[in-house]
Amino acid sequence: MPIISYRDALNQGLAEELQRDPNVVLMGEEVAQFKGSYKVSEGLLEKFGPSRVIDTPISEAAFSGLAVGASMMGMRPVVEFMFWSFCYVAFDQIFNNAANVRYMSGGLINVPVVFRGPANGGTNVGATHSHTPENFAANTPGMKVVCPATPADAKGLIKSAIRDNDPVCFMENTILYNLKDEVPDDDDYLVPLGKAKVLVEGKDISIIAHGKAVHTALEVAEELSDKHDIVAEVVDLRSIRPLDQETIIQSVKKTNRALLVEENKPFCGVDAQISFLIQDQAFDYLDAPIARVSAVDAPQAYSKSLESAQLPTKEKVLKSALSIL
Amino acid sequence: MEGLHHDTNLELAKELPQSNIDNQSSKPDELISEITTEINPPEETTDFANSPVNKELSVDQKIDLYEQMVRIRRFEERSLRAYQQGKIGGFLHLYIGQEAVAVGSVSTLGDDDHIITAYRDHGHAIAVGMNMDECMAELYGKKTGCSKGKGGSMHFFAPDKNFWGGHGIVGGQTPLGLGIAYALKHFKKKGSCLCFMGDGATNQGPFYESLNLAALWELPVIYIIENNGYSMGTAEGRHSAGEPLARRGDAFDIDWKVAHGHDLYEVRQVVQEAVERAHEFNKPTVLEIITYRYRGHSVADPDQTYRSKEEIEEYKKNKDPLSLFKNKLLEEGVLTDEKALELDQSAKDEANASAEFASASPFPEPDELMDDIYWETDNPDKRTSEGRIFFEQP
Repeated sequence: MPIISYRDALNQGLAEELQRDPNVVLMGEEVAQFKGSYKVSEGLLEKFGPSRVIDTPISEAAFSGLAVGASMMGMRPVVEFMFWSFCYVAFDQIFNNAANVRYMSGGLINVPVVFRGPANGGTNVGATHSHTPENFAANTPGMKVVCPATPADAKGLIKSAIRDNDPVCFMENTILYNLKDEVPDDDDYLVPLGKAKVLVEGKDISIIAHGKAVHTALEVAEELSDKHDIVAEVVDLRSIRPLDQETIIQSVKKTNRALLVEENKPFCGVDAQISFLIQDQAFDYLDAPIARVSAVDAPQAYSKSLESAQLPTKEKVLKSALSIL
Repeated sequence: MEGLHHDTNLELAKELPQSNIDNQSSKPDELISEITTEINPPEETTDFANSPVNKELSVDQKIDLYEQMVRIRRFEERSLRAYQQGKIGGFLHLYIGQEAVAVGSVSTLGDDDHIITAYRDHGHAIAVGMNMDECMAELYGKKTGCSKGKGGSMHFFAPDKNFWGGHGIVGGQTPLGLGIAYALKHFKKKGSCLCFMGDGATNQGPFYESLNLAALWELPVIYIIENNGYSMGTAEGRHSAGEPLARRGDAFDIDWKVAHGHDLYEVRQVVQEAVERAHEFNKPTVLEIITYRYRGHSVADPDQTYRSKEEIEEYKKNKDPLSLFKNKLLEEGVLTDEKALELDQSAKDEANASAEFASASPFPEPDELMDDIYWETDNPDKRTSEGRIFFEQP
C-alpha cells in the first residue's frame, strides 16, 4: 500500500470526488492558483479548472453562505477555511443556515456541504488562529463533525463527508499534514462517519482521543508498555458526531479505566460529553474515576514556551494515566 | 415626516451619479439601451401600464395579479386575528402594505428563476403559489404546516415552487441567494435568484460580501431591498448613511435602481429588466423598492413610539398598492366593482377556511422533534454513517 502524507491523502480524496461528481466544487482562500495555504489542493486547479477549484476573496460569510445556498440546489461544495478559526466570521451561515435549513423546512431541503480546514493549536500563531471548534460544532443538531488523525482516515473520511447528504464540519490539523502512513489508493476507499478505531488493543486502561491527541495517546501507550508493564488500549474517535459510543463503552468495560485526551478546551469540551456517557453506560465497570487531559483553559498563547505547556503533552498524559492505575 | 412616509428622497436620488453604463460595452447595442433606460427613479406620475412587460398582460392575468395581492392581505389580516386570539405564538411579521412588491416581482419569473427572502415571508409564499392552508397551519404550529410546525412564521419553504425560505436572521439570506444564483450558473440554467431583504438588512456585513462576489463572479442574483422605511423601529435616517440604499451596489459596479413599490406595474417593469440582465449576462442587480408596512415590525411590537398614526393613514390613503391597482384596472375597464368585491369575499373566505383548517389540524407529536434533522436519520435504510447521532430524545 502506498505511503503518503496526510496532506496528500486529503488531496487524493478531494481529487477523486471532484472526478466522480461534477457537482463537487472546492472553494476557499488561495485554494487554486496559490495551491492552497497548506498545499492541500495542489494540482487540483490544473486538473479540474477554475470552475471547479475556486479562489475566493477573504470573505468567509459570503462564500460559506454561497456554498450553503448552492448545496440547497443540489451541488456538493467543499469550503476550505484557511483556519477553522476563520469560521467565526461566518458563524451565522454555518450554524444557523447550514445546520437548520433542513429542519426548518420540515425536511424539504438538504444541505450536502462540507466545511474543512485545520483546527489546532501548537503552531505559534496565537489565539485567533488556534481555535478547536469541534465541541460547539458537535453541539449543533443537524451538523456532523469529524477529526481525522491519520492519513488513511483523512482520505476515507473526506470522501465520505463529500458524499454525505448532511452538512459536515471536517477538522484537520496543520501539524499532521506532513505525517506519512499507508493510504489505500482505491477510488472507493471510504471510512464511515461515526466509526471509531481501536488503534492498539489493551486490557488495563482505555485512552480515548481524537485528532492530534491520538498520537500523544499512542506514545503514552508505548511508554506504559515499555516502562510500566501496562497494556493500554488506544481508541481514536475519528468522528465526534455521530459518535461511536459502542466502541468507547466496550473498551471501558474491558479495561475498567478511562483516560480522555483532547486538544480541545476543557469546559463543555468533547470529552465532557464522553465522560458523561461512560459514567452513564459503564459506571459499574469503572475501577477508578475517569481521568481527562485537555488543552489548558487559557486562550492559545503565542510564545513557544507557553504554548508547549498548553497542549496535552506526553508527560502530562502519562502522569494522568498513572494516577488512575 | 412631511408627507413622505420615510427618508429616502427619490428626487435627490435622481441627481446622484448612477451606474456606469459604459462598462457594459460587451453587450449587444439594442439591449444596452433597453437596460439603461430609466436607471433614474421614475416620476411618480409615470404610467407603467404601457411598458412592454405590462402591455402584454391579458385581462385574466391582470385580475390574477390583483387577486394575489388581495389574498395576501386577507391572509395577513386573518393571521393577525388568530395571533390576537392566542392561536399563533412567537413573532408575526405582517406584509400588509407591501403586497405589490412580492406579487409584481414573482409575476415576472420563469421556470428557472428562484426566490429567497427574510422573515417577512408570507406574501412571497402566497405569491409563489403556496396555499393558505399550509401557511396558516404553519403559523398555528400544526403538523399540516408547510414546515410541519418546525419553522413558524419566519421560515416558510417550498423548493418545488423555487421558494427557498423564509430566513430569520436579518441579512443572513443574502449569501444563500448568491449561492442559489451560483448553482444556476453551474447547472447552466438561464435563470436568476431574487433575494428579497429589508432596508435594515443593508447594514449587515454579509450583504456587502455578497455584492462583491455577485459582481466579481457575475452571478444572476437580484437583491431586492424592500425599503419600508424602518429597520424594526429605527427610521432609515437613523439607521443608514447615504441614500438611496440601492446606490451601495455602485461600489461594486452593480446596476441599481430605485422604484416605487405601491405601483405593481412599476415593480414588474424594474424586476423584469433585472431578470433579463441576469438571464442574458449573468449580471446581478440591486433594486430598492420603496414600500411601507402598515403594522409593526412584528405585531407584538409597539408601533407608535417611532412613527405617527397620521403617517400610516396618509400612506394608506394615497399609496395603498391594492387600491391603486384596483383603480387602474377599473379605469382600464378590466375590473368591475362587483368583480373586485367578489374577489375580496373569496379571499376572505379562503383565509377563514385556512384558519379553520389550521385550527382543526393536529399538533405534531413530541417524537416528531427528531424528524427532519439529518437526511440520514430520515432515511435509515440508506444510512452510511454509524454511531450515535442524538444524545437526548423525547
